[in-house]
Amino acid sequence: MADEMTERIPVRKTYKLFIGGAFPRSESGRSYPVADADGAFLANAARASRKDVRDAVVAARKAFPGWSGRTAYNRGQILYRIAEMLEGRREQFAAELRATGLDGAAARAEVDAAVDRWVWYAGWADKLAAVFGDPAPVAGPFHTVSVPEPTGVVGIVAPDGPLLGLVSMLAPVVVSGNTAVVVASEPAPLPAAAFAEVLATSDLPGGVVNLLTGYRAELAPRLASHEDVNALDLTGVPDADAKPLAEAAAGNLKRLFSRPADDWSREPGTARIRAFLEIKTVWHTVGA
Amino acid sequence: MDVFEYAPAPESRDAVRLRASYGLFVGGEFTGGGGAPFTTVEPATGEPLAEVATADAADVDRAVAAARAAQTAVWGPMPGRERAKYLFRIARILQERSRELAVLETIDNGKPIRESRDVDVPLAAAHFFYHAGWADKLGHAGFGPDPRPLGVAAQVIPWNFPLLMLAWKVAPALACGNTVVLKPAETTPLTALLFADVCRQADLPPGVVNIVTGGPGTGRALVAHDGVDKVAFTGSTEVGREIARTVAGTRKRLTLELGGKGANLVFADAALDEAVEGVVDGAFFNQGHVCCAGSRLLVQESIADEFVERVKARMATLRVGDPLDKNTDVGAVNSAAQLARVTDLAAAGEREGAERWSPPCALPEHGFWFAPTLFTGVAGAHRIAREEVFGPVLSVLTFRTPAEAVAKANDTSYGLSAGIWSEKGSRTLWVAERLRAGVVWANTFNRFDPAAPFGGYKESGHGREGGRHGLAAYLDV
Amino acid sequence: MPDRGRGCDAEPLFVFPVARGPSAAAPGTDVVAPTSLGDAGTVSTETRGQAELRALLRGLPGVDRVGAEARAARLAARSVKAAAKARAVDLAISMVDLTTLEGADTPGRVRALCAKALRPDPGQPDVPSVAAVCVYPDLVGAAADALAGGGVGVASVATAFPAGRAPLAAKLADVGAALAAGATEIDMVIDRGAFLAGDYLKVHEEIRAVRAACGAAHLKVILETGELGTYDDVRRAAWLAMDAGADFVKTSTGKVAPAATPPVVLVLLEAVRDYRAATGRAVGVKAAGGIRTTKDALRYLVLAAETAGRDWLTPDRFRFGASALLNDLLMQRRTLATGVYSGPDRVAQD
Repeated sequence: MADEMTERIPVRKTYKLFIGGAFPRSESGRSYPVADADGAFLANAARASRKDVRDAVVAARKAFPGWSGRTAYNRGQILYRIAEMLEGRREQFAAELRATGLDGAAARAEVDAAVDRWVWYAGWADKLAAVFGDPAPVAGPFHTVSVPEPTGVVGIVAPDGPLLGLVSMLAPVVVSGNTAVVVASEPAPLPAAAFAEVLATSDLPGGVVNLLTGYRAELAPRLASHEDVNALDLTGVPDADAKPLAEAAAGNLKRLFSRPADDWSREPGTARIRAFLEIKTVWHTVGA
Repeated sequence: MDVFEYAPAPESRDAVRLRASYGLFVGGEFTGGGGAPFTTVEPATGEPLAEVATADAADVDRAVAAARAAQTAVWGPMPGRERAKYLFRIARILQERSRELAVLETIDNGKPIRESRDVDVPLAAAHFFYHAGWADKLGHAGFGPDPRPLGVAAQVIPWNFPLLMLAWKVAPALACGNTVVLKPAETTPLTALLFADVCRQADLPPGVVNIVTGGPGTGRALVAHDGVDKVAFTGSTEVGREIARTVAGTRKRLTLELGGKGANLVFADAALDEAVEGVVDGAFFNQGHVCCAGSRLLVQESIADEFVERVKARMATLRVGDPLDKNTDVGAVNSAAQLARVTDLAAAGEREGAERWSPPCALPEHGFWFAPTLFTGVAGAHRIAREEVFGPVLSVLTFRTPAEAVAKANDTSYGLSAGIWSEKGSRTLWVAERLRAGVVWANTFNRFDPAAPFGGYKESGHGREGGRHGLAAYLDV
Repeated sequence: MPDRGRGCDAEPLFVFPVARGPSAAAPGTDVVAPTSLGDAGTVSTETRGQAELRALLRGLPGVDRVGAEARAARLAARSVKAAAKARAVDLAISMVDLTTLEGADTPGRVRALCAKALRPDPGQPDVPSVAAVCVYPDLVGAAADALAGGGVGVASVATAFPAGRAPLAAKLADVGAALAAGATEIDMVIDRGAFLAGDYLKVHEEIRAVRAACGAAHLKVILETGELGTYDDVRRAAWLAMDAGADFVKTSTGKVAPAATPPVVLVLLEAVRDYRAATGRAVGVKAAGGIRTTKDALRYLVLAAETAGRDWLTPDRFRFGASALLNDLLMQRRTLATGVYSGPDRVAQD
């Protein structure tokens, strides 16, 4: 039989963008080749355009009222579901990470850490208001309480560490009810693009996370200057490139977060959660 | 007249496989007990359900030893993020087995399936989810960077929300790194024993959760045991007092969630339809077997007559009967003993001069049943205004001014819950500030959430369960 | 099997009368609370002043949104099974105002709808007729001809439906034309703009004027609750309409989202219950728009029975404004009869 002679030809996956819960190609029709650590061709990634940035922000804005309006408990359940779905695809992601140059043990450790990171943040959903909010004991007949609320649409420029860094930046943004537009790692976009498939199957409403692959230098400035984006996390941007982005972000006074891309394997503090919260203080009279 | 009503819509009992007898759960194994077994009864029929082992002093000893070993060797040293995963697993299994748990709870307790299905079981799962998230964040809870667990917790829970009270006890204890020996109520042990199976499915390390069944003797042996570091009790104020005496002078930490005589304060400007709904729900939810029940209605005199008529009209639409019927609103009283107590207190209400009213009611012939009952003309000195009835009985009193409403609401040795019904926010907050109660609901009643602390002032107990504050009960802080 | 009891409703709490079209509701039949549309009672006939109306409406108790929605959701969990469901389906069919309100409506379309209204499922001759067919005024003649003598009402939206943005004279002409062509029921819209601006008197006067123009025809007043924004205002609008003489209060035109929702209908049912207690006059409720499934319809019947009382379970007191609902009811009816899930191929798609 010929079967014994013929090697099965693998079916390759097309890596696409993730916008509004759908997986479109770039509206520009462009792509760029992605190579593994040895320089061998892996796949073509979609090369998003400024119009894709625009569409992603529109999708994120549209998703914001629904996502921020859900109960914290429900958001926590969905983040935990993301962890469950990622756990179920550990082998796939370990392979994706090995292709970026990690050895087998390091790849597995990074996937495990990424799963645990979602679990960690899932638990924050219904606790952050109790930890970061408080009654304000004002002098007078008023009941006054300060509550944290999500700031809105957050732009994320992801670091080149392809999975754990992305997850560590994304989870604290969405846990409180923000929606996100992510620019994935430019040299290693495939794990991020594959991660979108996890998000799409985790009960996360479409548009809460929108994920773009492409050239950072092309996409990040568009995101930084976009006037319907409320905050920007520039952690993935090399220091040299950060200043013009921060200046562009000043146009509508975006909240900026940029910390050196530290060791992602350490337990995160709460700074990333707090960075994308507003505090609202409500006063109410007290009197019979 | 060719008419019909809702056809019976019984939930199937097939979701549950009852065994003829049940043992204790100690060190990850089901074992026999040294005491004489007891029988748990289905309140809706009075028929026996199963025989359950009684833990004697030696069994309690074994359970405490298993808990201590697990705490020292496994659970205490385990990183919080790994403890969390076990709690998440338990939460998920509770969700997956929700039908089975709901039906079993209804059979063993007598509460309507609608409540066990929509309230008890989902809330129990939510408590595990919520506390799972704390397990690796205790340093953020406001008790210092690295708060330590207490050790072994002895937990004794009541029969009114068997699985939910278990969750309120076990979830925070485990999240904080303690191990537990839990005693469910004598009349409702079955969901706790099913929970033991949930722990096994979750591969929870043996000894982390131990369940000892039995009567008051088992509870006393557990509470008095030298090997426990913490006692948590939910139940009557009478037993709570006895436990407080037992642990007096020991190093044991104690939290108590006891009785109540909650009041619903209805002001003339309330949203009346919703207030009626809340008052009826506050009094008759779970047959009034609720420590925070709104068993007193304090209504502003200017609307009292009209409001009471509306309450009566709504009571007349309550459907009392088969707890497994999905359309049942009020189920069976949990036990013969409780029925006797409710009957006695209601009789005292009549003797003392209050006017008794119930809607026309055809109660089942077998089992333990008490029709929803309303007393008007109740004075503050009447027993039904002061003592916890813990049954479907609502006492109506009136007030004239907000200050009088507060004074009457606080005129009790309890201090667990209160409800305020008014469309005026500033008055609601003014009244809330003055109520001596651990939980105050405004324009709603009987709301529970793992993120919200629950507990009482005065003789309703001390300590809080749930929320950030509830963690303090299981940490050495 | 031990007696598990039926509970407090020694008088069965939730009962449905045998469903019949309105034509069958003759005295002495088995309808629980026989009434005719617009049954006798006191309708305010004297002119009210603006201040008086404001005092009346603002003195109504508020509606707590959370509580009202929780109550509606809880009643939605009631389980109606077996024989009770079969009767409920027939009752719901008999309460349908089969509606077509499209710019593309033609006499042919209306005739087809009328045929369906009279005999909803020719394969099942015991299916009751619907309550009425509801069309635009210019198609009332076609509907009246097609329905003649069949006992199904001819309803027409009028008063510059759906926005109501026309002078009163035009609205009255609209009503007059519909009546002249044979309408037996008028579905008017209130002036939501005037209501939201606090000009309750204008709304009241318009309803009274239309009420007077209607003569013997029955008046349903559409509140367009989706534009009112709060349940408090839904309650106020209902009282305003009842006080001005409405025979029915109706949720929606179907042209605005949200249309009928369970909490809105709950609030209307509370209003008609309280209005009868206050005046002795029973007003009907029509839930219109967005009701497409049998499950939805049964939930509204449960709401009506447990809120206003089971004497509202008659086409004279409760209606569904719907089009697609009828086919779903018919499919459910077949399913109940055969035990097999039915499909759209089994019912006419008119």
